[in-house]
Amino acid sequence: MLVGRQSWCFDSKPVIISSAAVGGPFESKCLLADDFDEFAEDLWLGEDSFEKAEVKLLEKACEKALEKAGLKSEDVNFMISGDLDNQITSSSFSARGLKIPYIGIFGACSTSMEGLALASKIMDNGGANYVLAATASHNAAAEKQFRYPTEYGAQKPPTSQWTVTGAGAVILGRKGDGPRVVAATIGKVIDMGISDPFNLGAAMAPAAVDTIEVHFNEFNIEPDFYDLIATGDLGFTGYSIANELLLKKGIRLRENLFTDCGMLIYGKDPKVFSGASGCACSATVTYGHLLNKMRKGELKRILVIATGALLSPMSYQQKESIPGIAHGVSIEYFY
Amino acid sequence: MPKRKKSTPVQKDYQTVAKKIEPKRKVVINVIKSYLIGGFICFVSQLLQLFFIKYFNFEESKAGNPAIAVLIIVSALLTGLGVYDKIAQWSGAGTAVPITGFANSLASAAIEHRSEGYVLGVGGNMFKIAGPVIVFGTFAAFVVAIIRVALQSMGG
Amino acid sequence: MEKLIWAFLIGGGICAVGQILMDALRMTPAHTMTTMVVIGAVLGGLGWYDKLVDFAGAGATTPISSFGNALAKGAILEAGQHGWIGVLTGIFELTSTGISAAIIFGFIASLIFKPKG
Repeated sequence: MLVGRQSWCFDSKPVIISSAAVGGPFESKCLLADDFDEFAEDLWLGEDSFEKAEVKLLEKACEKALEKAGLKSEDVNFMISGDLDNQITSSSFSARGLKIPYIGIFGACSTSMEGLALASKIMDNGGANYVLAATASHNAAAEKQFRYPTEYGAQKPPTSQWTVTGAGAVILGRKGDGPRVVAATIGKVIDMGISDPFNLGAAMAPAAVDTIEVHFNEFNIEPDFYDLIATGDLGFTGYSIANELLLKKGIRLRENLFTDCGMLIYGKDPKVFSGASGCACSATVTYGHLLNKMRKGELKRILVIATGALLSPMSYQQKESIPGIAHGVSIEYFY
Repeated sequence: MPKRKKSTPVQKDYQTVAKKIEPKRKVVINVIKSYLIGGFICFVSQLLQLFFIKYFNFEESKAGNPAIAVLIIVSALLTGLGVYDKIAQWSGAGTAVPITGFANSLASAAIEHRSEGYVLGVGGNMFKIAGPVIVFGTFAAFVVAIIRVALQSMGG
Repeated sequence: MEKLIWAFLIGGGICAVGQILMDALRMTPAHTMTTMVVIGAVLGGLGWYDKLVDFAGAGATTPISSFGNALAKGAILEAGQHGWIGVLTGIFELTSTGISAAIIFGFIASLIFKPKG
């Protein structure tokens, strides 16, 4: 059901019947490693390119989700997926292997919640029995495409972030026991003129704040409705900026209510500068750590606002600024 | 030529807020680090030059060439071993400005694009970062030389 | 030896200028190197870069600005011998080592090494 202009309320509350998070070698040592299902030993996964390895990661996450749900790919009606690669080839090639009818989407690092929102809407409209929503990212593939060759000696500034190598997948079903998707707010593209691809936190923060504000307004709720509000990958820089913007709008979120997946996954590891980014950031933290917490009864209602920076290497060279977008999904589980 | 759009007042306000909050680059420390490493690389280069003059009978004016070649080989090796970028994160321009940076840009691009094959991948992408240096260096040299020759022929 | 000290002092200084371009002016490495190469070419055309090389030695020949100087010098020297056409035939005369070595060993590196990520 439509709520306001850009939000949905899912009356049938689709169930997340299974979720999976896989990571790379760096993630195997991260703060949330216990909430991952599997780790790759290296960045190659037996393939001869980083891009092909990313396909493998996404396939692994999807297969794990299917296994945990006790389903075969023939049982799933649709697969909704996206990633950072040009023409989202990681997703298409995974869909090729999984042989599930495929809807490719692009939301940069907001893909996880964009996919979950769309999957929930399809379920809620009676359009499917099972929908698989997934996304992936690969550190080396992203660096190669958006910034510099991985062995190039460019000095990264303190605002840069580290792309998570990993993949996250969930399968939605009509019934069963598990966290349920109750609502979503689709974000608008917000551009505040930030043009530094090494400072994506600042580029995305306005979009996150806009979606948060719209979500509270359209559903007529207060922030305390939720036990946790987590943005996708603003990182430490973007998170601080978002807090400042929210305060200016009169929205005060206490520190243990508002957090960011990009800060949670690696903490303040100096290697990652301002924190984690990439489609897999919000996906692995939400589909691993946060859902696990819900299943243990530690969280009842969460709002995940995945954030994306909608630039391309070419748009940057053409002196375009970096627009941001943020999609929010509300998940509940009463243990 | 691409032009950057002017920011609106609302955007400018935001950019001010963002700039205040973002962690500042440690410019002074970075300059000192780059000075030390850059200076050291040039020091080693000078040592190499003296070595080539003494043991290989190079004349002083030409000894720069083999010294540069050694630095390039070492840079390519360190790039391939995955060590160069770690050093460069610390030294910044100290490794980027000497010829080592040029060699690293070629080697890193070549290594990165192996997966696209040797002709289109390595060959086609090798000059991704170094290309502008060659293009603008050549063009600048051309303009400078033309002006110089013109002035000389006018001066007689 | 005195040459070694000047190489360190001047070479470090040129790199520090590059760092200021990168941090204070927010230039990318490619823009920074390109700027330095053009400055080298201009100073080469003015005849000043060679004076820097005379007392700083490797402190002036190692930074990328030296590449610009060599390109300009090559063009000017050839033009001195063969007239206008020398501007074209001479540009790469003096810089062969740098470009050749970088291409050759960059390529060899791609034959031997895989990116480490």
